[in-house]
Amino acid sequence: MKAFGYARAADPADAVARFRPGTMYLGGGTNLVDLMRLGVAEPEALVDVSRLPLSGIEPEGDGLRVGAAVRNSDLATHPLVRERYPMLARAVLAGASGQVRNMATVAGNLLQRTRCPYFQDVSKPCNKRRPGSGCPAIAGDHANLAVLGHSPACVATHPSDLAVALVALEARVHVTGPGGTRVVPMPGLHRLPGDEPQRDTVLEPGELVTAVTLPAPPPGASLYRKVRERASFAFALVSIAAVLDVAPGGTVAGCRIALGGVAHVPWRAERAERVLRGAPAGEEAFLRAAEAELEGAEPLPRNAYKVPLARNLIVRTLLELTP
Amino acid sequence: MEITLEVNGVPHTVVVDPRISLLDLLRERLELTGSKKGCDHGQCGACTVLIDGRRALSCLALAVAQEGSEITTVEGLAGDGQLHPLQAAFLEHDALQCGYCTPGQLCSAVGMLAERGPSAVTEELTGEPELTAAEIRERMSGNLCRCGAYPNIVTAIAAVAR
Amino acid sequence: MIRIEGRDKVTGRATYAAEYPVKRLAYCYPVQAEIAHGRVAGIDTTTALAMPGVLTVLSCMEPPELSPEADPELALFQRREVAYRGQFVAAVVADSYDNARAAAGAVRVAYEPASHDVRLRADHPGLYKPEKVNPDLPTDTEKGQVAAGLAAAEVTVEATYTTPATHNNPMEPHATVALWSGAGDLTLFDASQGVTYARNIVAQALGLRPERVRVVSRHVGGGFGSKGTPRPNAVLAALAARAAGRPVKVALTRHQMYDVTGYRTPTIQRIRLGADAEGRITALEHEVAEQSSTLVEFAEQTASPTRIMYATPSLRTAHRLVRLDVATPSWMRAPGECPGMFALESAMDELAVAAGLDPVELRVRNDPDAEPASGLPFSSRNLVACLREGARRFGWQDRDPAPGARRDGRRLVGTGVASSTYPARRLPSQASASIENGGYVVRIAAADIGTGARTALTRIAATALDVDPDLVRIELGDSDLPHASLAGGSMGTASWGTAVTLACQDLLRDGKHGFADTTEILRTLPNLARHAFGAQFAEVRVDADTGEVRISRMLGVFAAGHIVDATLARSQFIGGMIMGIGMALMEQTVTDLEFGGFTNRDLAQYHVPVNADIERIDAVWLDEEDDELNPMGAKGIGEIGIVGTAAAVANAVYHATGRRIRDLPITPAKLLL
Repeated sequence: MKAFGYARAADPADAVARFRPGTMYLGGGTNLVDLMRLGVAEPEALVDVSRLPLSGIEPEGDGLRVGAAVRNSDLATHPLVRERYPMLARAVLAGASGQVRNMATVAGNLLQRTRCPYFQDVSKPCNKRRPGSGCPAIAGDHANLAVLGHSPACVATHPSDLAVALVALEARVHVTGPGGTRVVPMPGLHRLPGDEPQRDTVLEPGELVTAVTLPAPPPGASLYRKVRERASFAFALVSIAAVLDVAPGGTVAGCRIALGGVAHVPWRAERAERVLRGAPAGEEAFLRAAEAELEGAEPLPRNAYKVPLARNLIVRTLLELTP
Repeated sequence: MEITLEVNGVPHTVVVDPRISLLDLLRERLELTGSKKGCDHGQCGACTVLIDGRRALSCLALAVAQEGSEITTVEGLAGDGQLHPLQAAFLEHDALQCGYCTPGQLCSAVGMLAERGPSAVTEELTGEPELTAAEIRERMSGNLCRCGAYPNIVTAIAAVAR
Repeated sequence: MIRIEGRDKVTGRATYAAEYPVKRLAYCYPVQAEIAHGRVAGIDTTTALAMPGVLTVLSCMEPPELSPEADPELALFQRREVAYRGQFVAAVVADSYDNARAAAGAVRVAYEPASHDVRLRADHPGLYKPEKVNPDLPTDTEKGQVAAGLAAAEVTVEATYTTPATHNNPMEPHATVALWSGAGDLTLFDASQGVTYARNIVAQALGLRPERVRVVSRHVGGGFGSKGTPRPNAVLAALAARAAGRPVKVALTRHQMYDVTGYRTPTIQRIRLGADAEGRITALEHEVAEQSSTLVEFAEQTASPTRIMYATPSLRTAHRLVRLDVATPSWMRAPGECPGMFALESAMDELAVAAGLDPVELRVRNDPDAEPASGLPFSSRNLVACLREGARRFGWQDRDPAPGARRDGRRLVGTGVASSTYPARRLPSQASASIENGGYVVRIAAADIGTGARTALTRIAATALDVDPDLVRIELGDSDLPHASLAGGSMGTASWGTAVTLACQDLLRDGKHGFADTTEILRTLPNLARHAFGAQFAEVRVDADTGEVRISRMLGVFAAGHIVDATLARSQFIGGMIMGIGMALMEQTVTDLEFGGFTNRDLAQYHVPVNADIERIDAVWLDEEDDELNPMGAKGIGEIGIVGTAAAVANAVYHATGRRIRDLPITPAKLLL
């Protein structure tokens, strides 16, 4: 680990004022300290934002305001989250371990980096880490990498569970930075790799996430389901956050589907949603929707399994959500 | 940088390199080697301690960020000559073999038993779930044990939880 | 019995290698090769040497003095040639861990890379027949005519099974603290499964007489074979301490463990089996392709269990090895037996399906009277009793053999069985016993790596002395104690227990002091086939949509001679089975074909089972009396638990889904495509 300076910010404005090129904000540290030890992140200075007064969870209008420094475990166990946004609670509980959830913050969870094995190994090329150096994952070990929306420059996946649920819930991310404050919608925070895979999100240097707001929960039933090789404490092979609202006549009145583990972003399955709206809720339509979404999939030789896995998961989850 | 923190009830004021983890501070500076380094990346749970009463991974916590924290390590679990009930249960149920994951398992279990709310395997999200074997298994999955003492760890924790 | 050191372990007082309080300690961090094959052209240490706290840099550009006799994996910095990615080419010594690590990152190494070959394949032109396979077994065996046996068969199975590289991953990373005395004597606090052996090997590498080296390992955080031989950390600590003129600690990172602490070789195994209409085997052939490094020939005995399992008139086993630009594979729990029995016991299940026979019955029908390859009589063999008892306890008799026929919601349910076996061997050991302060002290340079050796040896000594175990104190884990074999090959209790028993008997004769050395006794044993056996049963649930496999029930029934301590034994058997579940469902280290080495070098990407993976699991054993073993009548129990597990799971997955997965691990990816 390279030597770095450390300072604790007094408030968000102080944090932003302390920002210089080479500075990074430190939240729970569960990914940043990990990446610093690997040499992937080499900040010159850390500004500790973990104890900023951003740890409240409060109702806001019909929705909910979640402070950026709220710990994952506090988010998942908050009564309002459990009652009104069960899918969100499920997504958070599906991630990492009890200890990690006690440390990791909401903002840090959203901004965590890919677990692509080449990204994490500084002795090997990686366009995300060293733009222009190449992407060995395409010809190499990509069994758990992207099948949708990837580019010749990068096939990484975003590892968060929380972000998948937030994309389905259309959360809004509040940021403050040298240029003032702004709100970034989800989906929209994370970006596809294109030819700039070094940029995971649309955030500008120095911007600090201060809160995530959730609109009123969408009508219908919701589920978060995560598929992994072992029963717990593993990143998703594929995960799904789904909301389904079936009208009394049996047609789909509304739906939201987001997939994890398949792309550089938490993937909103808009094509599937379009197929479903107004269609009769049932296996046939669900399969059609899944296939429409996955038509655009471009699996690599060793991750082709993710396509049938995502398809089955969409169909199965929607069936379980059908009254 | 100088920080002051409390470890097992004892205040320590130390000058630290910002790079040093809480785990290395405990092990290399304070001669508290009970907390173990198994992976140094938050992937095994061997370094689990309680920070302000909550279980956390000391390998991913920078010491410099712990100003004012109260840390409890495995060395601080037992009272005067009296084992913590979980320590006694781990012995009684042979919930350890090589012992290297054991301090982390114990601190994790202490923290876990104080936690409220659902886990990934809880059927009903609202309300307080009963701490079944399946709940214990899920909640303790952040602590790897390569010797495979899991069934006995669950038995030991269940015995104390009852 | 409650583990003797248990209280130290639950209170955090048990001291592992990296934890000895040593004054003026410096820290050493290695620099690893970033090519898979080639040569170091130059090393620039200027920046590193100028960094805070740096004391010195060791590198292959200025080879430190080592003996030419050093094991090639331990001959650090002696050559500029790189044999595999991750090999140590330099190391930095500094006043703190963070300073050493940061400076190691600033050492600039220039390479002359050469083309590399890291891929094991069955048609590799470099495959050859090694002279022996581990530990000292014939490479090939042949009895009768396999071709004729197959031609005469009513049913045949011919299939290729593959197992990936896997890593031991003990929870305690390999670590060494080295101290030189003014007189040039070396003390190592090391994570070792055998301090006598470690002492000898390190002394050999350093060109010292063995008695000038002391290795101490009072507590070891698991090894599973990877701490059976000294690793580069031991020699590096010694060299660094010599160069720095003060004590030095080398604590490997988890990532480095994947590179330099050994792994189980990947295997490609071809099995041909034939049986008559009644399921009696007429031919059995087991051919194995596996790898080693260019540095050391390590030839795993993968087909060896096939030589002892089933009666057949024609039997052929063969091992072929290829030397690749990889790190040397090494010992991992049940080396040979474990991957070999995955193949054989999967093939037996396929044969049962092909012959329309119950897989338990098929195995019973082919139980041999004598060891098939050698013709030697068994000292005891109770595989059939294990199978019968397991079938009874597991509820096997109601099993419908049809695959893919049972559902629990969206999950397919199936059950499978496999046999296990592991040799019951001993190695020479010494022990002393004496009366001190009204109690008995037994000394032996044994190791307790989590097996409960202290506890088991206490019981054995108390039995031999006919006293209460509370009166006996065992000292182990120090090479200054009477020399002992290592904790490996399920030989610990048998080897050490023999020496301890004889030393105690000697004490009873002498009245004050007793000593034993088993070297001579072990030379004159009757020639018999000595093996433990077991039967393992698994019930799996396979998600029909996602391919996720969960093991809802598992039972192991073992016949391993006299069980010295029931609590310890149950923990060991179950622990082995859990590691076997990892092997079956998730464990694999992925070779990086482009860059060499492995891609998934941490515990987030290399999955071992977590608590939630283990639902109902149990291990039981049969009372087995065998007077041809040792004074305790005990066979080893450390490895047999893992041996049959993967095949039992794979066979259950077949029963659940109708899909035969012959390539471990059985991941959702394989079940979905």
